[in-house]
Amino acid sequence: MDLKFLDFEQPIAELEAKIEELRHVGFDNEINISEEISRLEEKSRKLTESVFSSLSAWQISQISRHPQRPHSRDYIDLIFQEFHELHGDRAFADDPAIIGGLARLDGTAVLVIGHQKGRDTKEKIHRNFGMPRPEGYRKALRLMRLAERFRLPIVCLIDTPGAYPGINAEERGQSEAIARNLFEMAQLQTPIVCVVIGEGGSGGALAIGVGDRLLMLQYSTYSVISPEGCASILWKSADKAELAAEAMGITSERLMELGLIDSIVPEPLGGAHRDRERMADNLKTELKRNLEELAALPMEELLAMRYERLMGYGVYEEPAT
Amino acid sequence: MTLSWFHKLVPSKIRTEASTKSTVPEGLWCKCPSCNAILYKSEVERNLEVCPKCSHHMRISARKRLHLFLDPGNRLEIGEGLAPLDPLKFKDSKKYKDRLQQAQKATGEKDALIVVAGQLLGLPVVAGAFNFEFMGGSMGSVVGERFVRGVNHSLEHGAPFVVFSASGGARMQESLLSLFQMAKTSAALGRLSKARIPFISVLTDPTMGGVSASFAMLGDINIAEPGALIGFAGPRVIEQTVREKLPEGFQRSEFLLEHGAVDMIVDRRDLRERIAALLALMTRDGRAVAPAAAKAPPAIGEGAGEADLARCLSALPMDDPEAE
Repeated sequence: MDLKFLDFEQPIAELEAKIEELRHVGFDNEINISEEISRLEEKSRKLTESVFSSLSAWQISQISRHPQRPHSRDYIDLIFQEFHELHGDRAFADDPAIIGGLARLDGTAVLVIGHQKGRDTKEKIHRNFGMPRPEGYRKALRLMRLAERFRLPIVCLIDTPGAYPGINAEERGQSEAIARNLFEMAQLQTPIVCVVIGEGGSGGALAIGVGDRLLMLQYSTYSVISPEGCASILWKSADKAELAAEAMGITSERLMELGLIDSIVPEPLGGAHRDRERMADNLKTELKRNLEELAALPMEELLAMRYERLMGYGVYEEPAT
Repeated sequence: MTLSWFHKLVPSKIRTEASTKSTVPEGLWCKCPSCNAILYKSEVERNLEVCPKCSHHMRISARKRLHLFLDPGNRLEIGEGLAPLDPLKFKDSKKYKDRLQQAQKATGEKDALIVVAGQLLGLPVVAGAFNFEFMGGSMGSVVGERFVRGVNHSLEHGAPFVVFSASGGARMQESLLSLFQMAKTSAALGRLSKARIPFISVLTDPTMGGVSASFAMLGDINIAEPGALIGFAGPRVIEQTVREKLPEGFQRSEFLLEHGAVDMIVDRRDLRERIAALLALMTRDGRAVAPAAAKAPPAIGEGAGEADLARCLSALPMDDPEAE
């Protein structure tokens, strides 16, 4: 697969193109240019390091939506074994924007759920760009209840621009579906680990994002509204998305500082799509560590901790009376 | 009116903006934003801010709402001292701090939700109400915390919880903190539900976004006021996404009732009695709510004298000696 480069990666893209060209020349010629290639490769690596060492929130937002960024299904295939996808909310339909099923994480049976974006145009439309309708959230809840009944820990992979803003979604109770999941996940009697793997888009993300641990991949984002949406409301222009992204503090680093997430899962140089296996390995390690810690807790303690954690969200002042 | 043919041509939203904001001076008279009737202000107030001509339910401040809803006296405001901060140092065209100050000045409140413990026809309840005037009734940290303290007070006293929502959703200026208030408030309702204490959600105009997609849809009973805009995504966003014209009455209370999202639509003037009756049934309180009793306290129903009304309104904002 040819790497796709974002606008701010253009200097890297140019270097890589040069390296590629030299490689072709190398085949045709007898001159040994491998030294030149490795010199350029080193240069490209250093350049990538320097570009990625000071990314703006908006640039990170673009990486989180990179066309080649691994999706839930990619991580499921790379991290878990024996994935059996389960379909449908038993009431209306199966929503392809959320996938879920039983699987094994090196021996431990788990339930894994995730938003699923599509890769090519046809699949994107089929998956509705990862924007769930109410039946998606209701399917997720049905599966989570199943996990609770059979005492399986739950892993939620978050990657959505948001819940689908459509007429039929409203007719079928988008608000209620999201609200119900928040209500139920807060008291579900099984450990829940949530990971933002790409875009954490508002209520549509939170609806499968309440749990005992919240992790973010290094270049993922999580926000109350998309930078474009925020910009068009507060700046009256979607062009100010860059400013909005900065102001809202949507990056893993900023959210860690604000104490809203538990840990950041490091990404390979250049982002998760540059080395999916390595990314999957990093995530797998983190998932196993967190699930083990949670499994050791008595259920009551787990639920009390989850509740305390939820109640702790908020920054305000209260003068002593 | 001579210009009525013209008014019919102008979209109603534009018309209301212009008519209520610029042409009617502060004073004795006001204009109904829906039917444009010129109304005697005190008559509208006596009618709980419902247009006497077309029954349009106008927006109402949180204080006034609670004042009209609860029995007089014995009121305790909860989380009164809580005030918002600006942890992200958020700035768009204006600083969040300045927006807050402006909203605080305009409403006389510290934030968008007010929670008061009191009585409803003699039954102890905890009631919360949103001020849409305060940054669109948006939910930030203080709103979430006051909500939770309301729930905790309900739990401690076994008193039902009633919340009147009027909100555009989450407060962008508090970013993810505000999103997480959805989870916080919804989780707190889990406790109430376990304790078998009723939560009544009253959805008023408008209840959207993060508020609608959390506690507002989680009532043991969801009640909507007539004609309220209620939904997850805003109509404009949906229109832009689906590129279709939205159906008539889309996301209005009647639409929600038809699609099974709310239990009932109740006229504001009947809310006290209706909620009291429901709570009496849900708490197995044997007392039937006598219509006479229902109308007696704060004398704001039919036939309330001007003097009573003046007394009610002059008591705004509530001053409660029991408050912390």
